[in-house]
Amino acid sequence: MKTLFQRPHALLPVPMHYCPGCTHGIVHRLVAEVLDELGVEGRTIGVASVGCSVMNYDYFGCDMVQAPHGRAPAVATGIRRALPGSVVFTYQGDGDLAAIGTAETVHAATRGENITVIFINNAIYGMTGGQMAPTSLPGQVTQTTPYGRDVKTAGYPVRVCEMLSTLDGVALAQRVTVDNIAHIRQAKAAIRKAFENQLAGRGYSIVEVLSTCPTNWGMTPQEALQGLRDKMIPYYPLGVYKDVTKEEQA
Amino acid sequence: MEKILMKGNEALGEAAIRAGCRHFFGYPITPQTELAAYMSKMMPKVGGTYLQAESEIAAVNMVLGAAAAGVRAMTSSSSPGVSLKGEGISYMAGSDLPALIINVQRGGPGLGGIQPSQADYWQATRGGGHGDYHILVLAPSTVQEMVDLVSLAFHLAETYRMPAMLLADGMLGQMMEPVSFDETDKYPPLQKPWAASGHGGKRPHNVINSLYLTPQTLENLVVERYKRYEIAKEKEQRAECFETSDAELVLVAYGASARVARSAVMQARQEGLKVGLVRPITLWPFPEKALKDTLSTAKGYLAVEMSMGQMIDDVKLAIECQRPVELCSRTGGMIPTPDEVLAKIHAMMGGKA
Repeated sequence: MKTLFQRPHALLPVPMHYCPGCTHGIVHRLVAEVLDELGVEGRTIGVASVGCSVMNYDYFGCDMVQAPHGRAPAVATGIRRALPGSVVFTYQGDGDLAAIGTAETVHAATRGENITVIFINNAIYGMTGGQMAPTSLPGQVTQTTPYGRDVKTAGYPVRVCEMLSTLDGVALAQRVTVDNIAHIRQAKAAIRKAFENQLAGRGYSIVEVLSTCPTNWGMTPQEALQGLRDKMIPYYPLGVYKDVTKEEQA
Repeated sequence: MEKILMKGNEALGEAAIRAGCRHFFGYPITPQTELAAYMSKMMPKVGGTYLQAESEIAAVNMVLGAAAAGVRAMTSSSSPGVSLKGEGISYMAGSDLPALIINVQRGGPGLGGIQPSQADYWQATRGGGHGDYHILVLAPSTVQEMVDLVSLAFHLAETYRMPAMLLADGMLGQMMEPVSFDETDKYPPLQKPWAASGHGGKRPHNVINSLYLTPQTLENLVVERYKRYEIAKEKEQRAECFETSDAELVLVAYGASARVARSAVMQARQEGLKVGLVRPITLWPFPEKALKDTLSTAKGYLAVEMSMGQMIDDVKLAIECQRPVELCSRTGGMIPTPDEVLAKIHAMMGGKA
């Protein structure tokens, strides 16, 4: 009998702690599938960052290092420079990547650090219980914006891919989502490209995945996915913001 | 062995390269900048990495990554920058990672000044970041000793899986003295089967981590770590004892201030005063045994420091407050003179012999 579908080898056979409807599980699987397909699990080191996904060091089968909050790009830089033949990825949330770790992100990107960054943007701090994130939408109600995010006092959301796409060191900046099958397939293709870029030595590749947090958004998983379509995608348009492989062809 | 004249900061860099360090992550700050500059010049020639980070925080976390990958990695800074490194140092201690951090101290608090100081003693010997932990702290007092302690620091860090700090100061960093490099390759890197370097399909995955959400698990881990600290305290205390065999007054000083204290001891001995010096080489573990050994003759102790008095606490603890301990110190970048120390010796010993 032919096996048509199974757990990727790079994803360990352990139950995950994520809430029902959380999209982390989908993205973890996509990353693991890509590691399997490229045959690089054995030389890959993942960097877990502070947030809901910090415990993914128990889920990915490759070697893992847990970084201080926001410092995943710096930790990944140290690993990548120490092990030239390695494949290094970070898996970061919006608070980690676009607030406390903004400097580390911008500078790893502008150095063209040869790493792959999986960026989960769900517009909220999940692990600490739903506070305003740098990517929370204008008007969004969170634990620390109980009257809605007022841009006059709390400022505007950061559009990470747009910002990073201006930097010469960036090989790929692409925003995807995982709300339906077609989008999941696009997301996987983007993640695969981000790892292929690293194997080709092209520099910093970031895939921003618009994600949901039903628990802290106070929605059912279905409502959360609809909210993502109605509110997040218009503010954070899906697409390729930078792709040096396209520029090479042009 | 040939001797060459080198500046302290550059000698530190050369010693680290000779000790097998190929990964330096830095950020400019006076008075350690020559070390980073030396590394930027030499690392490309030996196939190593010099990377100027965007901040002290990024630099120390790059060290964390490289250490997690299993290589000898280091960063260097001066006092305000070392405060920023506290985060990474705590995480490395919590992840049992060996690495070298060099602090070429300057005056504080805040931006302070750029002249030599020893006011980061508490920060260094008490860990410097959050949580229950220690780091190894080595304190050279000559440029030659800066060279010799770099390779020892890497070795001890790997042996005990702890970060190690070399606590120097602006005077040692900036001064030139003749040095030889015969000790620097004495300690080849140890095997690191725990490193996150890619499992190659040959072993279960390695995880470098400091997060333990179950209190009992975390307590067990910290207690285990403290058992390792106890072994280090037992085996790794280092001090130089100068004229202490019959000393009635024992000076205690490390680093630059030990050079001043030694001059004062020599002058006092010429006057016939029974004065000696215990110079801690390891500040953590503090050389309690060497200090306790002096209790048989010592009637009092004098801590000589370039701070408002920090190491003096450890002197009192080491001798369990069995004798009076006084302080002779300058701070803010001021360096005590041998005459100031001698005057204090005279005051404590009741005038000249």
